[in-house]
Amino acid sequence: MDRRTFLRNGLALGCSTAASPLLTPMALASAPWEERLIVIILRGGMDGVDVFRPMGDPAFAALRPDLAEGGLDAGPFYQLHPALAPIKPLWDAGEFGAVHAVSTPYRDKRSHFDGQDLLEAGSDPNVDGSTRDGWLNRMLQAVPGVEASTTFAIGLEQMLLTTGSAPVSRWSPDARLAISPQAQRLLELVQHRDPLFRQASAEAIAIASKMDAGAEIAEAGDEMMMASPMMAEIQRGRPHVKIAEFAADRLREDARVAAFSLNGWDTHAAQDRTLPRALTQLTDTILTLKTRLGPAWSKTCLLAMTEFGRTARQNGSGGTDHGTGGALIYAGGAVRGGQVLGDWPGLTAEALYQERDLMPTRDIRGVAAWAMHDLLGIDRPTLESAIFPGLDMGEDAKLIA
Amino acid sequence: MPFTPTLAETRFGVGLSPRVSPPETTAAMLDRLAGPDLVAQRYAIPNSTEVTPSASEYSAAARARREASGTPREEEADKAFKAIRTQAMIRWAEFSTIALARSIETQDGLRERLVRFWADHFTIRAKGGQNLQFVPIYIEEAIRPHVTGRFSDMLKAVITHPRMLIYLDQNRSFGPNSKRAERLGRGGLNENLARELLELHTLGVDGPYTQHDVRELAELLTGLSHDGDRQFDFRGHYAEPGAETVLGQSYGGDKPSLSDIHAVLDDLAAHPATAEHLSRKLARHFIADVPPDDLVMALSATYRETGGALLAMAATLVGHPLSWSVEKQKVKQPYDFVESALRAVDVAPQKLLALDRKEVQRYLHRPLTVMGQSPRGPVGPDGWPEEAEAWVTPQGMAGRIDWAMRLPVVLGPDLPDPRRFVHGALGPEPDEAVVFAAGAAETPAEAIGIVLASPDFQRR
Repeated sequence: MDRRTFLRNGLALGCSTAASPLLTPMALASAPWEERLIVIILRGGMDGVDVFRPMGDPAFAALRPDLAEGGLDAGPFYQLHPALAPIKPLWDAGEFGAVHAVSTPYRDKRSHFDGQDLLEAGSDPNVDGSTRDGWLNRMLQAVPGVEASTTFAIGLEQMLLTTGSAPVSRWSPDARLAISPQAQRLLELVQHRDPLFRQASAEAIAIASKMDAGAEIAEAGDEMMMASPMMAEIQRGRPHVKIAEFAADRLREDARVAAFSLNGWDTHAAQDRTLPRALTQLTDTILTLKTRLGPAWSKTCLLAMTEFGRTARQNGSGGTDHGTGGALIYAGGAVRGGQVLGDWPGLTAEALYQERDLMPTRDIRGVAAWAMHDLLGIDRPTLESAIFPGLDMGEDAKLIA
Repeated sequence: MPFTPTLAETRFGVGLSPRVSPPETTAAMLDRLAGPDLVAQRYAIPNSTEVTPSASEYSAAARARREASGTPREEEADKAFKAIRTQAMIRWAEFSTIALARSIETQDGLRERLVRFWADHFTIRAKGGQNLQFVPIYIEEAIRPHVTGRFSDMLKAVITHPRMLIYLDQNRSFGPNSKRAERLGRGGLNENLARELLELHTLGVDGPYTQHDVRELAELLTGLSHDGDRQFDFRGHYAEPGAETVLGQSYGGDKPSLSDIHAVLDDLAAHPATAEHLSRKLARHFIADVPPDDLVMALSATYRETGGALLAMAATLVGHPLSWSVEKQKVKQPYDFVESALRAVDVAPQKLLALDRKEVQRYLHRPLTVMGQSPRGPVGPDGWPEEAEAWVTPQGMAGRIDWAMRLPVVLGPDLPDPRRFVHGALGPEPDEAVVFAAGAAETPAEAIGIVLASPDFQRR
């Protein structure tokens, strides 16, 4: 290959990358809405019964002798786990709530990986076979005017939730890329015939240069956080806080949807010590988002969803095993919080699923569907056919104010 | 595409090296694999009884610190504890460089790949930084000796290894009618290991088991635990008395014993669903994200005919025409990318081994994390993803390109000439565009970075 061929290829490539939505000047990107939707996947199976404790259920105390101390009052029936204290003010202000006894249609094998796949695919194994894309991506497919900059999937791992044909930006706050213009052209040349590599590198370069250009957004965010007394207890620099900061900065720009995951919910043993660690990551995340989103928080709905709940009875190691029904957490300035929604099924042996797990009384997909319906105005037929095929949304979950 | 030494070293090995010649035939690959494990002898990792600090030294220091809390000895005990924890983290960094030194020098790359394949199949993760050093030790003890042996032996080594028992909470599980349950007045069964044993380690998630089998197997596994120095211990008073039925077969009934557990592991290893599950995984890892069915069937037949002989599986894998005719489509995982890049650039093993803990973090562990493969291991017991799309992401690429461009700086002034390097790294028939780019870059460091960032180098 001679230099002329190289230049020709380089030019051809220049044209094809110009068509990439990521390289479109950001000023031209128009978001379809002002509302912000944040979806957090809580990996490992959050124990909804411990996070939102049904103290008013007469069977609770016997099932959880070592997991009932120190709860925070949340109405006549429920208590919040003590580790939720940092966001109790949000509860009181109606900016944080839960839907209890929800689950995906997944039953019986209780595998994390299948459970998470189903949660993120938003599919029903009894209705359709396998779904290769995620429900959040299918929502984006249904909305005109969505650009890659509309949605950020954040973190080092790929999420099925945001995978699919609608454009989504994936990035981690830890990634850096600074290369010379010549190296960039040569890179395009060597990757040209491999679309997977070509696109990933083009996006990497585009996002990295945008991050450099967007330093003032981050500085403004830092100032908001330093000015907030709520942030005093939060350690900046921890990975989950960096992700929340990054998400908030993008959502203050053009992005309207953000998704990421928090790990550490698989509390098989010593749950009184292990669950607070995971909950603290969640409260850090929510407080960081609230503070750093500023006025945009009032238009925000955050949904935190997990693959399944855990056994109603604590196990012999002071933990709980994989179960079925669990809780969904929601937060934001656009929600109707301060309450635990959902139909409580009870905890007697007959009321439990297979005499072991909290009985799901509502499909978690229906809750997400109503949130998107009420927040973003997505119509019910689209939600029940394209986004969650075969879902009956049921009654309005009423979590959006 | 027929056999070529380049493809053999790229697809089944650890990458081309200017110093080590690739295997000339599949027979040569298998001979080396069947022979002694030379690099493990040359670059040894101690076993769990030899390593310092030991598990009991660590717990003694932790206990001493707790006891000294609020006394005048507090500061001293805290210092001693932290020193031991740091020492354990230093060991972990050392073991990382030992593993890479083996890869750089080996003529038996298939063995390193198989060790990692099976270590990923039997993923564990350390709980706490002080336990990170025990992950490579676990691989050395439970995985590495068995990659040319029988799957059932590897399975038994893994399922009785304290580090697996700790990882999947088996060490604390006790039967609802065990002596311990009687004494405490409550049961303490934990299903975690039993479930993963069926779902991930043997039958596969589509395998013929139910929640009932998980439960019975969990009861059968009670008793598997460890002593204070984290050495294996069968705790009779944790074990559930009576027989358990797994997949319709009854186990135990007399005095609980390890042999009942060995029996169920042998049966699970011999199950046709296990043969199919392992064969598909192996073909998926080495050949294609969606592997050819004929290859999977050939592997599965070998597994069933030989009673799970893993050397015979390797022979079927490298001997099958489909293993060579499929285009290069697998993408090297970040660790494999780094490993093969170090080998291509010909970093001296001694140079790697001399890196201190902070340098290991800066030059290897942190970049691997950004590339998407934390050296602390995958998040769950299902191991790392196989699909190319999971690795070739914008941030993953940023991590790879950034590291590939800076690598030569880390290595010091003796950079290879990029025009020669491109042939060494890609073999006798490199992608023309990469040859051009290697000559057109502004600096040697960028040129080498671009060669390493090319799909020709990253696909296998």
